[in-house]
Amino acid sequence: MKVQTHDELSVEEVRTILDSIIEDWSDQEGALIPVLQSAQNLLGYLPKEILIHISEKLAIPLSQVTGVVSFYSWFSTVPRGKHIVRVCLGTACYVRGGQEVLAAMKDNLGIEVGETTADKNFSLEVGRCFGACGLAPVVMIGEDVHQRVKPTKIKELLAPYVQKEDNE
Amino acid sequence: MPKTQDIGVLTLTIDGISVEGQEGDTILKAAQNAGIHIPTLCFLEGHSPLGACRVCTVEIEGRPALAAACTMPIQAGMTIWSNSKRAREARRTVVELLLSEHEGDCTTCERSGDCELQDLARDLGIRELHYPGEPAGGERDESTAGLVRDASKCIKCRRCVTACTAIQSIGAIAPQGRGYHTIIGPAFAAELDGVACVQCGQCAAVCPTGAITERSHLKDVEQVLDDQDLYVVVQTAPAIRAALGEEFSLPPGSLVTGKMCTALRRLGFDAVFDTDFAADLTILEEGTELLTRLRTVLKEGKEAPLPMFTSCSPGWIQYAEYYWPQMLNNLSTCKSPQQMFGALAKTYYAGKVGVDPAMMRVVSIMPCTAKKFEAERPEMRSSGYQDVDYVLTTRELAALIKRAGLNLPELEEGQMDAPLGLSTGAADIFANTGGVMEAALRTVWEIVTGVPLPMENLHVKPLTSLEGVKVAEVTFKKCLPTWDFLEGVTARLAVAHGLSNASALLKRIHSGEEPLHFVEIMTCPGGCIGGGGQPRFTDDSVREARIQAIFAEDEGKELRKSHENPGVMALYEEFLGEPLGHRSHTLLHTTYAKRPQVKMDENNPIKGSHQKNQT
Repeated sequence: MKVQTHDELSVEEVRTILDSIIEDWSDQEGALIPVLQSAQNLLGYLPKEILIHISEKLAIPLSQVTGVVSFYSWFSTVPRGKHIVRVCLGTACYVRGGQEVLAAMKDNLGIEVGETTADKNFSLEVGRCFGACGLAPVVMIGEDVHQRVKPTKIKELLAPYVQKEDNE
Repeated sequence: MPKTQDIGVLTLTIDGISVEGQEGDTILKAAQNAGIHIPTLCFLEGHSPLGACRVCTVEIEGRPALAAACTMPIQAGMTIWSNSKRAREARRTVVELLLSEHEGDCTTCERSGDCELQDLARDLGIRELHYPGEPAGGERDESTAGLVRDASKCIKCRRCVTACTAIQSIGAIAPQGRGYHTIIGPAFAAELDGVACVQCGQCAAVCPTGAITERSHLKDVEQVLDDQDLYVVVQTAPAIRAALGEEFSLPPGSLVTGKMCTALRRLGFDAVFDTDFAADLTILEEGTELLTRLRTVLKEGKEAPLPMFTSCSPGWIQYAEYYWPQMLNNLSTCKSPQQMFGALAKTYYAGKVGVDPAMMRVVSIMPCTAKKFEAERPEMRSSGYQDVDYVLTTRELAALIKRAGLNLPELEEGQMDAPLGLSTGAADIFANTGGVMEAALRTVWEIVTGVPLPMENLHVKPLTSLEGVKVAEVTFKKCLPTWDFLEGVTARLAVAHGLSNASALLKRIHSGEEPLHFVEIMTCPGGCIGGGGQPRFTDDSVREARIQAIFAEDEGKELRKSHENPGVMALYEEFLGEPLGHRSHTLLHTTYAKRPQVKMDENNPIKGSHQKNQT
């Protein structure tokens, strides 16, 4: 099945696609996590109605479904922006000023960790080491790794992503 | 020469004692069988061990790591120490870490004196805390009529999750979030009234701490008892008399009916009555309802909802409203005995003694937390007032008795008052799984055939065990002329207790593979004697002891069939007319409505999820 991006599908359409995925998993244990992953790939996040739908279809109590969703940091229950900004607070980044980078990022975007900007362009998250400690402090924006980030240069760092949005 | 061993029997040593166990047994089980006590806070008999609390930590010789006794299978020749220095220190550390997050207001906590964590800390001799942790905090959930959740006292042992999911097949609560921030609660961090919780209280019955308890009505009851202008009536459910003694260190299965009556009188109740009276009345109404439905189908050839389900258990009623709305017409329309009693107390009895019902308060003593919800249902105001004002659990009644300085075992034997205290043995057995069915059969059989139910000692043996789902058949013979349409008819009956058993039975009924006429469902394992408001801790041996006590109460009575209750007969003559008559319909019957499983009115994200916890 072709995985489409979240911008192109309504919750209704996702529900129909999910039903066929759930069908493939019927009578198998361990269906919950792959089904949740598919849903998030399709929608970008896991809205309440989708979680209720999955709970009903798989006959798993909703409390257990949300339990799994809230356990794994990969899952999100709020819509996320086009670009996920992840500021590393692993040990190396932390000692080299990760906290200050995070504070500057919050200031610049005007959001807290876990939140998304009003224009749905950026979401802010915290990372726990990207395996690039030699480049600390590190920030990831989408799949791009930015090294030795300075709190004073956040605006410049974000600029290309803002621009990309405008050009589309 | 060493003794030859049976296949599968393993010999090992625990604390220097030679112990035998079956292959596949855990260390905990082998120890229990040998009478060695290894403490645990998360283990629940009959359910897969979780290994969540780590309190049952033991040392196994030759292994570097300590093991959780509840999950580690035994092996032949193992040498285990449950009380070695290492095991003891590890256990103490585990409990200290639990205490470091725990809201430790022991002296004012509802569970003080009845708390497994408090007991354990005392037994382990914990006198100082080496880990001044941050209390986990968390919100207090007072959204339901029956239960209160206090996350600050939760040790995340997950017993409540097992009770809600495995025993009751509801899953209203589960662990949300992860690590230190984990909260055991409903989806979306909703409160309990936002999900399909039936308030059965099995979670509160197994909680080792004060994290889930009944919503207390003790203050209210004390207040009305102190108010000399009010006329305060009390009713006690049949299951109380077989369990209340446990709160006063009497062994499970001690009957304390007489002493309980004395205690209630000493507490200041103006009339001491028995829910048994209303249970007998229920049999007449429900039995007539069943016979009417059978007549409609078998004689008149019309449709009527069969099987008919009993409606005494408020958790089951809510469960049906949430999960089986298509079967609501199959429920008997009879209110539960508690509510029939309340409606009659404020009409029939108030009139008899000349008390203004506005100045009357009805207090129930119930083995149940869902009864608190039931009393507050809007349908339950047919006297013009809330028919039952307050509901105390068995545990709360014990607390009230202790507050008054009374020692139950030392009290003299008292009696229930007439007329609402008159009862037959058929009403007592409402407390047991299979009891409502048996009580109904005792009366229905006699109405139809004119002779007593032809079973030994009036017991329907196949329906009284602790088996989860029980099915039996009875064939009517020598029917009286009025009931000739039942001649030769084989009635198929089923009994289920615990909602996961009920759920399995309902699926079989729904698919058509189990055709039945009459079904008794009780929410809690064992029936009301195993209710969520009963003394802790209830396991199958305790359930069995209470069941036998209830049968002893029944067999000790001269009258053992509901239709022989002189008080009920007088009630029909003086007030109600006949079963299913107009006044019965208004006061004793009710309606049900579908309930949504999840309330969708708020659109909040999942609180307590990782995104809030990362900073």
